[in-house]
Amino acid sequence: MTDRTAYINARVLDPATETDRMGSVLVLGNKIVEWGTGLFENGIPENVRIVDCHGYCLAPGLIDMRVHLPEPGGEHKESFETASAAAAGGGVTSIVCLPDAQTPIDNISVLEFIARRARETNIVKIYAYGTITRNRAGNELSEFGILAEAGALAFTDGDKALADALVMRRALSYAATFNFLIIQHPEEPRLALNGQMNEGEMATRLGLAGIPAAAEVMMIERDLRLVEMTGARYHAAHISTAASVNAIRNAKTRGLPVTCDTAPHYFTLTDSSVMDYRTFTKVSPPLRDEKDRLAIVEGVLDGTIDMIGSDHRPQDQDSKRLPFLQAETGIVGLETLLPLTLALHHVENVPLIDLIRRLTAAPANLLGMKEGRLGIGLPADFTIFDPDHSWTIKADNLRSKSKNTPFDGHTVKGMAMCTVVGGRHVHSLID
Amino acid sequence: MVEPAPATDLQPLRRHILGMEGVPKEEIEILLDLSESYIDQNRQDDKKSSILRGRTLINVFFENSTRTRTSFELAGKRLGADVINMSVSSSAIKKGETLIDTAMTLNAMHPDVLTVRHADSGAVQLLSEKVTCSVLNAGDGSHEHPTQALLDSLTIRRRKQKLEGLVVAICGDIIHSRVARSNIYLLNTMGAKVRLVAPRTLLPDAIENFGVAVHHNMESGIRDADIIMMLRLQTERMQGSYVPSTREYFRFFGLDREKLAIAKPDALIMHPGPMNRGIEIDSELADDINRSVIHEQVEMGVAVRMACLDIATRNLSRDSAGNG
Repeated sequence: MTDRTAYINARVLDPATETDRMGSVLVLGNKIVEWGTGLFENGIPENVRIVDCHGYCLAPGLIDMRVHLPEPGGEHKESFETASAAAAGGGVTSIVCLPDAQTPIDNISVLEFIARRARETNIVKIYAYGTITRNRAGNELSEFGILAEAGALAFTDGDKALADALVMRRALSYAATFNFLIIQHPEEPRLALNGQMNEGEMATRLGLAGIPAAAEVMMIERDLRLVEMTGARYHAAHISTAASVNAIRNAKTRGLPVTCDTAPHYFTLTDSSVMDYRTFTKVSPPLRDEKDRLAIVEGVLDGTIDMIGSDHRPQDQDSKRLPFLQAETGIVGLETLLPLTLALHHVENVPLIDLIRRLTAAPANLLGMKEGRLGIGLPADFTIFDPDHSWTIKADNLRSKSKNTPFDGHTVKGMAMCTVVGGRHVHSLID
Repeated sequence: MVEPAPATDLQPLRRHILGMEGVPKEEIEILLDLSESYIDQNRQDDKKSSILRGRTLINVFFENSTRTRTSFELAGKRLGADVINMSVSSSAIKKGETLIDTAMTLNAMHPDVLTVRHADSGAVQLLSEKVTCSVLNAGDGSHEHPTQALLDSLTIRRRKQKLEGLVVAICGDIIHSRVARSNIYLLNTMGAKVRLVAPRTLLPDAIENFGVAVHHNMESGIRDADIIMMLRLQTERMQGSYVPSTREYFRFFGLDREKLAIAKPDALIMHPGPMNRGIEIDSELADDINRSVIHEQVEMGVAVRMACLDIATRNLSRDSAGNG
């Protein structure tokens, strides 16, 4: 039996090389050995397994750069196995874990645990960030260098803002020494204190304490001053407001080494979805108003927003079937990342390749990953998807152990038809 | 025994009374008219009727209350129901039971009505979705307190013979107030002109979109007002400083005789209680029986809650007959 596989009849999308044309990919074992348009012009060699892509898109495997994987400690919400199955089903071949599970990733033993569980699970690739500060307490720096040697791709305190300006300055300054990336959850915590949702008419109507949109941009603006002082690489996570988009856009114009991402719910939903205290819409940062939503769409369109991450955060029923104030934040996103992102193509006419870049090459470049592009000798990680396949999201059918999606019943377009990790089909509807 | 109140032709079709937002004028009028009939019953020697005979009412209070719980308890007893009071803060919650589990547990005992108070906005609605009986909201967080708004309107209507066109100034801690929100909805529906008077720290965002005129000083806020509703400064919900001191608050936003003179000569003073004397209202003024209707509000409270129990259980009968 051969270990060569030819993926033929595919619309090959590779943002790294600006490729968007019909072609083929030849895989040997776990690596790509050839790819392109002219491949197999003289016929497909013998002893090659053939996978007909039926004209679907073939893109580098999607990288979800924002996944909360609650193991260890939260296995009842999601395990490595269920998260990996969700990723594979959603066309995601690499996930990057945020260090805000019950056990913060502030020492190498946690990274070793993640690496071991990833090996045991062996479905998709699982990477991780380290914390900026020990125990995410915001005081003492983690051992960036040692954590990076053990695999940490960048440093972030997860869903906690690093609020202390002095500690942030030192974190950036120290990170710049090694060219490490600092990722901030941008929210001024004192201004957001006790806030349950976006401040505005809906919050007032529901009698819920609001988080003002300004809480986000003022943290970004402070950080940008510190970036100017230190020259460090800085990434603002899941931005959600018009003002944040403007601040990042201006910073880029000034040449600062700054990037940002957003999550699909920030360009899909607004705070009006919270009506009737729907706890599945409770998320951090909160869903904003229509003006902010449109600005996020615009930010993706004009390139200010560099990446899209699902911000996958599984929560079981016991964490959500509660009064809004008591409910946990979070939305599961691994399986809806692709179709919700593709809505920007179908509705807003963003070129497909520009959206795929934000899910592949852009996060790979930012985090120094070898994945995220097609190339000879590179890992055979790719996603074959039908951008036009229409389907209805059903919470009960999600592969995630937790079903906390506000998109239950939403009809979307775009589905992963085959997910290939290291040459293995970890999800397939076509063979 | 008193005869049951006459059945109205048009009955509100709701099993739960969770809030005043979106409740149409006709339904409010039915509730107020029915409440009127219960005032008379409450003033007789024999205050007891039997229209809720056999029914079980449980007052489930996740947040401490004396007056509202007592008011519901009396309302239930005067209609002939069996009434149980439950202070959940002191039992199940401390053992880690969730709101929904508490709801299911109570529901299994076949109560007919639950009156529920909870410190979290939306908690009463959540509970109502899990039970088969009627649920009356006795106050949820900063969201709604519908029976308080109804009793306020009943009090006003009896004194002023109308609600439409009256200028009602709601003063003080609006941001934390479920009473204010329910009153804004109800009074707007009934055609009153609602003003809010408070420092900016005590007003929630975008409140001007709720059909109210916002004032930041008492002089303009209560000028020519027919009704002045003072709210309690809810220090227990305040994290940090919303106002510098109670002394300063009283100086600028407390109601005293001097400020009262700006309102109409026959303006009425209301307060949902419990009062902070000397903080939002001058102590002597609160006791002035010519101006203050604070005790009348308490009396109306029992009548309004009887009407709400009456209506809710009428709809319940239909539900249990197989239409639910």
